Amino acid sequence: MTSSSDIPVLEIQDLNISYYTRAGEIPAVIDFSLTVNKGETVGLVGESGCGKSTVAWAVMQYMGHNGRIKSGTINFKGRNLNELSGENLRRIRGSEISMIYQEPFAALNPSLTVASQLMEVPITHERSSEKEAWERSLQILSDVRLPDPERIMRAYPHQLSGGQQQRVVIAMALLSKPSLLLLDEPTTALDVTVEAGIVKLIADISRKFGTSQIYISHNLGLILEICDRVFVMYSGEVVEEGSIHSIFTWPKHPYTHGLFGCIALPTADKNAAPLKPIRGQLPLPHERPRGCNFGPRCDYFQAGTCDVEAIMMEPVIGSQATDHGVRCVRWNQIEFGTEVAHGDAKPPIEIGERVLEVERMQKYYEVHDRSIAALISGRRIKLVKANEALDFDARRGETVAIVGESGCGKSTFAKVLMGLECSTGGVLRYEGREIGNLPVQKRSPRQLGSLQMIFQNPSDTLNPSHTVGGQIGRVIKKFGVESDKVKIRERVLKLLDLVKLPQDFYLRRPRQLSGGQKQRVGIARAFAGNPSMVIADEPVSALDVSVAAAVTELLTDIQREHKTTLLFISHDLSVVRYLADRIVVMYLGQIMERGTTAQIFAPPYHPYTEALLSAVPIADPEVSKREIVLQGNLPSVLNPPKGCPFVTRCPRKLGEICERERPPMQMAAEGHAIACHIPLDELRKVEPVISVPEEAERIHARQEVGAGED
Amino acid sequence: MSHATATTIPAPSYVAALVRVLKSFALLRESWVGMIGAGIVIFWVLVAILAPFLSPFDPLATLQPYAKPLTPFAGGGTFWLGTDHIGRDILSRIIWGSRTVLIYAPLAAFTAYAVGIMMGVAAGYFGGWIDDLLSGIADIILSFPVLVLYIIIIATFGASPINIILAITFATGPVVMRIVRGLVLDLKNRDYVAAAQTRGESSWRIMLVEILPNARGPLIVDACLRLGYVIITIGVLGFLGLGLPPPDPDWGGMINETRQMAMFAPHMTLFPCIAISSLILGFNLLADGLREISLRD
Repeated sequence: MTSSSDIPVLEIQDLNISYYTRAGEIPAVIDFSLTVNKGETVGLVGESGCGKSTVAWAVMQYMGHNGRIKSGTINFKGRNLNELSGENLRRIRGSEISMIYQEPFAALNPSLTVASQLMEVPITHERSSEKEAWERSLQILSDVRLPDPERIMRAYPHQLSGGQQQRVVIAMALLSKPSLLLLDEPTTALDVTVEAGIVKLIADISRKFGTSQIYISHNLGLILEICDRVFVMYSGEVVEEGSIHSIFTWPKHPYTHGLFGCIALPTADKNAAPLKPIRGQLPLPHERPRGCNFGPRCDYFQAGTCDVEAIMMEPVIGSQATDHGVRCVRWNQIEFGTEVAHGDAKPPIEIGERVLEVERMQKYYEVHDRSIAALISGRRIKLVKANEALDFDARRGETVAIVGESGCGKSTFAKVLMGLECSTGGVLRYEGREIGNLPVQKRSPRQLGSLQMIFQNPSDTLNPSHTVGGQIGRVIKKFGVESDKVKIRERVLKLLDLVKLPQDFYLRRPRQLSGGQKQRVGIARAFAGNPSMVIADEPVSALDVSVAAAVTELLTDIQREHKTTLLFISHDLSVVRYLADRIVVMYLGQIMERGTTAQIFAPPYHPYTEALLSAVPIADPEVSKREIVLQGNLPSVLNPPKGCPFVTRCPRKLGEICERERPPMQMAAEGHAIACHIPLDELRKVEPVISVPEEAERIHARQEVGAGED
Repeated sequence: MSHATATTIPAPSYVAALVRVLKSFALLRESWVGMIGAGIVIFWVLVAILAPFLSPFDPLATLQPYAKPLTPFAGGGTFWLGTDHIGRDILSRIIWGSRTVLIYAPLAAFTAYAVGIMMGVAAGYFGGWIDDLLSGIADIILSFPVLVLYIIIIATFGASPINIILAITFATGPVVMRIVRGLVLDLKNRDYVAAAQTRGESSWRIMLVEILPNARGPLIVDACLRLGYVIITIGVLGFLGLGLPPPDPDWGGMINETRQMAMFAPHMTLFPCIAISSLILGFNLLADGLREISLRD
């Protein structure tokens, strides 16, 4: 092969891809050009439906039955993939180009061992011997830092955790020493601390193996941590491209700039500097506007200039980065005032009396073990401690966040609070009444209405068989807010106004709504019974960045207006930092740390909080973070560690005491409690995990645009 | 946005609901298979409705035995498909027989579905001992050979339309229950079900209003297939002499009565066979078409 280092690994030119559906031809990718050099990691970032995954599929030449590459070339090491025969493509796929998908459990065959799935790769592509294949597989498993590779080789996928599975998938992709690795949201299905480990691994791969990578993600923070260059896509087009540094520091396209205003960066604050959502919605692919696709949502739109003809990519002149390009005709006329767009300041919410009191609340599940061993030993009932001795409270108008990864018991707590499960001990008092043992059937309509929930998944939150109006109306009737038909309808229309949806959504069905709109209806439904407390279970984590910002702002506005207490359940510390007044950090059913937001984000930290803070990617190149990557897996809830639940992964473990004894709750300050054996003075000594430069020290403030850069 | 104009929102009317159903059937145009199936089914439905006008003779009258197809009748008219061994016009009997099939088969399928849905929804939603009990009953019924089951039931209770429907319900209900149970197990974990639970809805309302409508897609497809099987079953029962009591025209019965003559007068058996097969084929193709459409986006 004649591939020298100066030929780019992948060169895509003027690519146009369309899907053919009932509605006719839908252009999915328009005028797309990209070059990936050897060892380079290129990021594709954009919201759902922007065409970023389609590009990856096109590189693999796997378009499905209704997709077609209309024009353009995809050159892989000088060969045009569009013209290769099926036989030649097969040889390239999986050996020279590998792809890693979002869900590791779907990428592995559940009925084969890891060994047979890994060994297949060298055996098929290189006709290696069994022994050689075994040794290489073993080597690659230790390369992706899986502990005890011999055991992993013999395991079936279901015996591995999500993070381990994704490492196996990455190992499989690397086995054939590909020149190009396509990663399509490889960490989205994983927990944050696990994600941090995978991200570090991916970043090391290109260094170690010299693999070029295309990293697809919706998460700007991850892109910043992993990539060298980034392509920002919007509605099928690349709107801005360039090196990470220039895009993140000097975004030129109004969309890119707007995106930064939508994410809860450390500089955002829900009162002083709220998020500034991009108005409007993504255009449907077959209803794209004339001219600039972003035009209708752009604050800098100029009729007659932006809506005339298709906009071409222009190089940004004056930028020190030579490869910065932007698809905006007005880029050199636009002056973005501050570094990041912020909305107008809002008054803080008044905090009132205590609404929710949780004292040593516990929820144990009994699991019946039907195995013969259990029968002989007589231990047929195992206890799963989903919630253990929870202690915290919430006041009127306050936002309390419960933070933790999957399996930490935050959803169980929500279920007990909603009355879908009963607590097995302790006190759970809401508005002065014990509700821990009051199942939902025994609660009065008034009680039900005053405690409502917003769910995570927009596609699941509404019943697809009923109209929007019917679903909200049912809640109003059920809670006894109104009983007259006309009045119910009036109230539904009022609620639709409240969540800023047009009133003719009354008769719409959920499938006619976008994800953000569904989530708004979900909010309207939760607020239908005039709740005094709303539990929001990751309400925006499934939404696109610009939509999530709008929903978040809407939620805080309604909360402000109604003085509602918000119990915000999330794994994303950046959103939590933005929204919450107080934070409860949970791990394996227990509270590790609780305190005000400021207390949680500054030392002393619980070691787990420290790791969580470090794991959350931040899309700001000037914010520096201390790197703490957790080793090991989340222990099973069926068999938790005896002492501190975090002992198996704790980087600051003291010794035997951590394994043997429950850590004491240490009061670091008024209202700030940390459950750890490490003395507070020790905990106080650490540096802050996240350090944000003062506004005056920012590159922007120094007006050094165009100054020398290395 | 039409904020101002939207204050007078019409209540959802039955007309609108009907239009929606018709629109969803209009999607069938995209599937050739489905179109052919729908065509055949609609043809037989029309035949059944218009039977008095379409049939040239009284289906019960004995006119002229052993007439071959296309034989002209002395009393006027033609035996287009011939007559049977006791001289009844086969075309008229097939036309009137379509009524029997298209009344009893859907009725039996409907009751089987009603029972199966109730059992399946309860088993899937409640789980625990209710599921164990209902699934156990279903398993016991399903472990019997179906035909033996029919013969036992009808031999015990006698051949009558109601007993046939009961027998089919008894044997088919558990199959439907299994399908429904599987669908409910998936649907009950949706957030909208949790939302209904947290607003204190009763279990029955959650099962029938929140969950069941969302299972309708696969159930409609299955119902079309199931209807085909029920038609086969009614035919088989007729053939075994366990069907509707004579002399009412019944396609399965017609085949049974004439099968000994099949060697020298094949038309007597052939045409009822074609009638049964075409109707079953129609329902199967319709089911295939619906499934094909539902898989598309």
